[in-house]
Amino acid sequence: MTQTLRAPFDSAHGDKSMERIIADFPILARPTSRGKRLVYLDSAATSQKPRAVIQALVDYYEQYNANIHRGVYEIAQRATDEYEHARVKLARFIGAQTSEVVWVRNTTEAINLVAYSWGDHNITAGDAILLTELEHHSDLVPWQLLAQRTGAQLRFIPVDARGIHILDDLDRLLDGCKFVAVSHVSNTLGTIAPLETIIPRAHAAGAVVLVDGAQGAPHLPLDVKALDADFYAFSGHKMLGPTGIGCLYGKRALLEAMPPFLSGGDMIRKVEYTRTTFNDPPRRFEAGTSNIADSIAFGVAADYLTALGMPWVREHERALTGYALERLAALEPRGLAIYGPRDPQRSSGVISFNFADIHPHDLASILDTEGICIRAGHHCTMPLMEKSGWSATARASFYIYNTEADVDALYEGLEKAARVFHI
Amino acid sequence: MDDFYRDYILDHYRSPRNFGTLEQPDVAAEDVNPLCGDQIRVELKLDDGKISDVRFSGKGCAISQASTSMLLETVKGMKLTDVAQLPKDAVLENVGIGISPTRMKCAMLGLRVLKSAAIGKLADWPDEE
Repeated sequence: MTQTLRAPFDSAHGDKSMERIIADFPILARPTSRGKRLVYLDSAATSQKPRAVIQALVDYYEQYNANIHRGVYEIAQRATDEYEHARVKLARFIGAQTSEVVWVRNTTEAINLVAYSWGDHNITAGDAILLTELEHHSDLVPWQLLAQRTGAQLRFIPVDARGIHILDDLDRLLDGCKFVAVSHVSNTLGTIAPLETIIPRAHAAGAVVLVDGAQGAPHLPLDVKALDADFYAFSGHKMLGPTGIGCLYGKRALLEAMPPFLSGGDMIRKVEYTRTTFNDPPRRFEAGTSNIADSIAFGVAADYLTALGMPWVREHERALTGYALERLAALEPRGLAIYGPRDPQRSSGVISFNFADIHPHDLASILDTEGICIRAGHHCTMPLMEKSGWSATARASFYIYNTEADVDALYEGLEKAARVFHI
Repeated sequence: MDDFYRDYILDHYRSPRNFGTLEQPDVAAEDVNPLCGDQIRVELKLDDGKISDVRFSGKGCAISQASTSMLLETVKGMKLTDVAQLPKDAVLENVGIGISPTRMKCAMLGLRVLKSAAIGKLADWPDEE
């Protein structure tokens, strides 16, 4: 098996050598308990973290651990400055105004914030909410509950057998629709949603649009203003940042009109015993002591991606996905079934598959013995699995530190699984 | 873990014994593995408090299906009260070495469902008792 680290891009990118990028991730230098090189192909679940992000957490706790927005002493001021500066970085990263970026725990919390705060005050019986058949449970269940609370109706943009959105009936689906929620990228199949078509037509129909960007922001160049999304939700841990921190972008006018989601300290302007005046957005939505260290480290993750350049990230993953699709196709005559778009232009670094009669969990266990980390299961998209007739799939997903050597390792691992299962 | 997938395990996975349903089971139970969604249903025919016939159905990974198939080969003639007391080793002795901690629930699912059928309510996970 080849171990050469050949970057799938030309030398015009200069110092963005794969060797240098990989060296930034301490975990990738640690062999597994069986002495294998770690081949991490589960970044759609969570990404690995570069040293700079880990160091930012240590620096906060070792050098200026203090609560924010209150203390007048030096380290409290530094904590507040770094925390708010991280918000500026994330706002720049997505092309938003700083006041439009709300810190949340993760994408799920961001979506719930919108469902309860915007949804409960704008959706009424008879309204329609439009989703797609690809949605992750986190962009489905909150809308099911909102529909139950309000009497609204759920509709779905269908997808074809390759997981590509079918927009033929879009205008009919949007008729009477007040809200649209769509994932930027499918976590199960990698499909990139045609937001440039869906968002303007949703707006023309008078609907507000939320984009679930959990798999979008980490992988694709993003400008929420150019996209004209009303809300955009994403998590830090899938884009080199720590767990427990994410962002909700919301257009300022929308956020200003929304009541609080959680209430308590830090989100208030003035409190009396029987009533409260709330703070302006974004802090209106940030009750209690925030996740200070992780916010700051998330800002460092955004710095890292900005330095690489998101167009480079996209091109790297597109090329690697293309290489993987080409390589794995050689196993199709032996029973490998590859799901999702076959054109890497239409997908973002995710390949879902099954191999003959090997259950994906058995496949993942065998690959694990070779140090290869993949996901197996329903990927929190049970309705899509049911519709597609899959009880489970195996999923490999790529990020900036993956190389053709990782794809080759996956291929060899599948060959081993075929030997173990006598295929 | 690859040591686990020996030929007799694959044989039970691809050709499970006692697979199917009984026409008139006396007791039955089913459950899913929350980790991976594996499903097992076990049906028992009883004669004087002893198991006279058994079938299972479901779908899932080689570990859950082969473990259940091998376990059920050993239970005919067993008293329900004894089935309720079966320890996790009743499975582990069959499937032997190689089950990783993350896959233990797959191995235990069939035993849990069998014991659930015996006691008439959902049994505890045998590996957590």
